[in-house]
Amino acid sequence: MAISNTLRSAYLVLPLALMACSNAEGPKTASATPASKPAEKAPTPFPSTYKAYPGVATAIRNVTVYDGEGGKIDNGVVFMTGGKISSVGGPDTAIPAGVNVVDGTGKFVTPGIIDIHSHLGDYPSPSVEAHSDGNEATSPTTPEVWAEHSVWPQDPGFSRALANGGVTALQVLPGSANLMGGRSVVLKNVYARTVQGMKFPDAPYGLKMACGENPKRVYGSKGRMPSTRMGNIAVNRQTWIKAQEYKKKRDSGKEFTRDLGMETLAGVLDGDISIQNHCYRADEMALVLDMAKEFGYKVSTFHHAVESYKIADLLRNNKVCSAVWADWWGFKMEAYDAIPENAAILHNAGACVIIHSDDENQIQRLNQEAAKAQADGRRMGFNISDAEVIKWLTYNPAKALGIDANTGSLRAGKMADVVLWNGNPLSVYARPDKVWIDGALMFDASNPKIRPVSDFELGQPGEGDVK
Amino acid sequence: MRHFLYAAAAVAAFATPVAAETIAITGGRVVVGDGSAPIEGGTVVIRDGKIVAAGARVTIPAGARQIDATGKWVTPGVFAGFTRLGLAEVDAVNGTNDKSGGKSGFSAAIDVAPAIDPFRSPFAVNRAAGVTRAVVAPEAADNIFAGQGAIADLGADGNPVTKARAFQFAEFGEDGAASAGGSRAGTHLHFRAMLREAQDYAAGRGTFDDDLLKAEDAKALLSVLRGETRLLIHVEGANDMLRLMELKREFPAIKVVFVGVSEGWRVARELAQAGIPVIASALNDLPSTFEMLGATQSNIGRMKDAGVQVAIGMINDRDSHQLRYTTQYAGNIVSLQYVPGATGLTWDEAFAAISSVPAEIMGVGDLLGSLKAGRAADVVVWDGDPLELSSAATTVIIDGVEQPLTNRQNRLRDRYARPTEGDLPKAYDR
Repeated sequence: MAISNTLRSAYLVLPLALMACSNAEGPKTASATPASKPAEKAPTPFPSTYKAYPGVATAIRNVTVYDGEGGKIDNGVVFMTGGKISSVGGPDTAIPAGVNVVDGTGKFVTPGIIDIHSHLGDYPSPSVEAHSDGNEATSPTTPEVWAEHSVWPQDPGFSRALANGGVTALQVLPGSANLMGGRSVVLKNVYARTVQGMKFPDAPYGLKMACGENPKRVYGSKGRMPSTRMGNIAVNRQTWIKAQEYKKKRDSGKEFTRDLGMETLAGVLDGDISIQNHCYRADEMALVLDMAKEFGYKVSTFHHAVESYKIADLLRNNKVCSAVWADWWGFKMEAYDAIPENAAILHNAGACVIIHSDDENQIQRLNQEAAKAQADGRRMGFNISDAEVIKWLTYNPAKALGIDANTGSLRAGKMADVVLWNGNPLSVYARPDKVWIDGALMFDASNPKIRPVSDFELGQPGEGDVK
Repeated sequence: MRHFLYAAAAVAAFATPVAAETIAITGGRVVVGDGSAPIEGGTVVIRDGKIVAAGARVTIPAGARQIDATGKWVTPGVFAGFTRLGLAEVDAVNGTNDKSGGKSGFSAAIDVAPAIDPFRSPFAVNRAAGVTRAVVAPEAADNIFAGQGAIADLGADGNPVTKARAFQFAEFGEDGAASAGGSRAGTHLHFRAMLREAQDYAAGRGTFDDDLLKAEDAKALLSVLRGETRLLIHVEGANDMLRLMELKREFPAIKVVFVGVSEGWRVARELAQAGIPVIASALNDLPSTFEMLGATQSNIGRMKDAGVQVAIGMINDRDSHQLRYTTQYAGNIVSLQYVPGATGLTWDEAFAAISSVPAEIMGVGDLLGSLKAGRAADVVVWDGDPLELSSAATTVIIDGVEQPLTNRQNRLRDRYARPTEGDLPKAYDR
């Protein structure tokens, strides 16, 4: 079977990932080192070295503003200085003399788009086997691995997400072969020589978990547990019991042996690391919510949650977000009941909606995916305003990632992560005109010099081309 | 009301098609699909399953059922340029997946027509999105020749094949090399050897039936060699296209169409000179493989400007389920007109690239793909610009028959519009 080169959704990458790992049936234990003093939090390793690039104080005026929190301003002004949003308002908003002024007539401003589910960097382009770094598919639970150690900062996909998608921040996750796939990392969509240089400063970590078909297929096919959905839950619960014991030991003040995987799980139990849970089916989401209650942790977001619409009330009551595609469907059994009205039904029920990509192509069109989901809602009588829909791509993912104090909406004092679109971003005819990240102009459609080209593409056909 | 519609759909799915009516669609913005500008307030007349006329001053026949399309758009149905429609219900469920005949022992002889199942849900879902015809191809396995594809309609009449054995499909480039022993040299050798052996078979020379070719495969390839059956070749890279154009010169009668063609813009002049039409993936812009280093969304616009005949297809891109993306892809190509330095298509050209042009490339432009008189009456009424994300099909007509627009997805939607259970479990709500 010709596996698509353009598809690397978690499901479809598995065969390649497994091929790469088929000879690697090595020991599964986490690396363990003698501990230093207990109950003392060491400084986080691999700290972010991201620094905002210099920008100039810029005011965009005469522009339609979607502020990311559901607000809309016609003929508005967005002023940014010192890398931060300074003021956002109507036509009377003061613009200091001498600043760079961009005329936004006929154009639209939104906060930078945030993709909560990406494999840029850990399944980069070109999608060759040597680049297949997203699934440590050698044990059903690998909370000890960190996605950032697989991220190739030269992935050409980052530039497309910026230029065509207006994406300014993204969560890169491990794949879904494992029940506990490892830590995610939140990145600024700014090229750097090292992954540390892309890390979103002080963003909380997430733990990728996966329900359903993938873990049971991957391990069942190796003759190991889990091979069923009940096996999935059992392995998870056994692991959480160990994590509780580890946390207790850690908190007891006595000597203990560090365990990387257990550190991550204890971080979840502490509330410091959020759960980012790949889960398609409604019934499985409900089981996961009860498992979370049993062990005292919280699920931030169900990803690929194609059946969330069936339990929108439950998800609202538990304050869990659903990160969804507009209309992916039918590629695997657990995606069979996906419907295009998923997002709209959730929104109408008062549950949190996020549009995600899991795809290096659709990350370039998250605005379009949201627009389709909005239109499908409208046709069933759910009128969701454009400004609310923009929230699905900005504030909601920021909140689910724990970075909403810094980005995700156009509020004074937040990072100036801003997209100027050449038309309504919910139209198929709109594209980013300019993108600022921390107030620095990182993409300008009118200036080929302000268009990043990764090392991989330098000296290749099409270097620096419009893409 | 929806209960009634569902019942009607179920009946339509299993009964003989309703006799085609005489229909006049009036008052809409009419898009003929041949690249010409839309006609405001136009009329489309359908009789006996064919287009009678479409335009501004069209007489409405007596007794015609009238459909008021005031404020709406009226277009030919979307002609999906490259798909695996009807060959899978759930891709990852093997029993429902008939895309590849890989282990059959046959190659070029494989004929997808009987495997195209119009009762699989992608038919109803994509029909409701205004897709009315599709090029349906097999997937290659361990031979560069995947077999014979068909042109299908998306009608709910249980009779999907418009034209069986409409083309042969082959893989070149990286995928072809993988099927041919691991190298592009092997691909060229297989291609040449299999066609020569087909000629040997026709000439009664004895040694054709080796492990490359069975008699049935030879028959299928003969039709390609004679130019009776088009040869669609998946090829992405510039060098692969140049070398393939050279190889083709050894077989001058073959009618070749390139599919995918991510680096087509790099050899656009050569493609135009060779008169090779393409069914291109619209939005590839990443170096997903080393044969796609030059991929850009401006590819289609640049090829068109160089004189290449270009339709939009979606090979290996959710091509069994999401043909409904075709309009979105065309809209994106239009959007490039407003991006400095990018090359797109005009709206009229883009709509032609998903209606008349694929039909012409497949050699059925006189029968399908536009609202010109005499074409099959595949007509869609839309509640807005059909390339815009907010628009939807409100009426879909295939071969002159108005189609049901219900499917599993909108049944689930209706059941869960309010997710909380009522007096009975959701299982009773239908």
